[in-house]
Amino acid sequence: MDQFMPLWEVFIRTRNGLAHRHVGSLHAADAEMALQAARDVYTRRGEGVSIWVVPSAAITASDPAETEMMFEPTGSKIYRHPTFYKIPDEVGHM
Amino acid sequence: MYTQALNVVTEKLGDSEAEQRFLERIDAEERIEPNDWMPEAYRRLLIRQISQHAHSEVVGMLPEGNWITRAPSLRRKAALLAKVQDEGGHGLYLYAAAETLGISREEMVEQLLSGRAKYSSIFNYPTLTWADIGAIGWLVDGAAIMNQIPLCRCSYGPYARAMIRICREESFHQRQGYEIMLTLARGTPEQKAMAQDALNRWWWPVLMMFGPPDHASQHSEASMRWKVKRFSNDTLRQKFIDATVPQAQFLGLTIPDPELRFNAETGHWETGPIDWEEFHRVLAGYGPCNKERLAARRKAHEEGAWVREAALAYAAKQKQRITQQAA
Repeated sequence: MDQFMPLWEVFIRTRNGLAHRHVGSLHAADAEMALQAARDVYTRRGEGVSIWVVPSAAITASDPAETEMMFEPTGSKIYRHPTFYKIPDEVGHM
Repeated sequence: MYTQALNVVTEKLGDSEAEQRFLERIDAEERIEPNDWMPEAYRRLLIRQISQHAHSEVVGMLPEGNWITRAPSLRRKAALLAKVQDEGGHGLYLYAAAETLGISREEMVEQLLSGRAKYSSIFNYPTLTWADIGAIGWLVDGAAIMNQIPLCRCSYGPYARAMIRICREESFHQRQGYEIMLTLARGTPEQKAMAQDALNRWWWPVLMMFGPPDHASQHSEASMRWKVKRFSNDTLRQKFIDATVPQAQFLGLTIPDPELRFNAETGHWETGPIDWEEFHRVLAGYGPCNKERLAARRKAHEEGAWVREAALAYAAKQKQRITQQAA
């Protein structure tokens, strides 16, 4: 079997003013070839104005088994939202 | 299309409680993501289906690639090139989706080249004339769209997202094919005959693309339960027939089925019997082009080996240089 080709994650900025967004992944030997392949595969119809390629191995992801521990605590912290605070109508928009 | 960093062994969780939770998520129309717990059978079914789908895209480049150099005009040539390039891209999206389930692309390619993996039976038929390029776009891509639109809502997130991208690109394929057919059907008597001949040869194999009839489909039940598949083979086939017969009539071409009739009661077109023996024969490797297709894939893979090796060697050397400079 072949030697493994490194995996890259591709992020594209669809137009200026927007953030780069994950669109998919691909295999390439190095960053330059990954960028070239990303252009060929993911921007064939004017999908973007900027590309990032990131080695997949460089991404550290949260563990789904710990989803509750990670994200549940914010559920009860409703005082972090503006609607938690009562302001009389007379004050107007705030 | 996600990093596989967290794809750890999940079998130890395979108790009924985890399975129950999984089914509840499926019922609630939640998407399953790569690192979520899933039954091993679900993982296997997806790897099998997505990799076959990817292989089909890649092998599907061959029958059409056959006509790129002989396209009748620059406009047709540019469109065909773009379409074949799309198919290569679709193969990549799908391989990437399958990889999130813990199989490497190298492994999948090896399964295809060794003949162990299957791909769509349709690509084992030859493209004898230019009209076949029209028929493939109109019928083969038309059938593929019918199959793929419900897959955009498949329970497995990466597969569903790949399908959304693919479907968006696929509609150009079908329209360019129909346009070719329309041009031929309105051309000289010879051109019209060529279009009719292509329809004659592709019609039945295209109906077989939807897979065996419901009563004989062994993977359907689990696939429906897990919401990988949303409609049965026969349902999708019928939808395709109902959509395509009027399109053929508009072209002034005849569907090669003397038993074809419209059932006014059900509102559906009914066809004569499909030759399932032919389907099984082609799938088992005895279609007109099975050997040729695999030989072409193997040749491309072997002849491209030096490019992959050189690219990796260059990357390793560059990395070494940077480390040396830093030291």
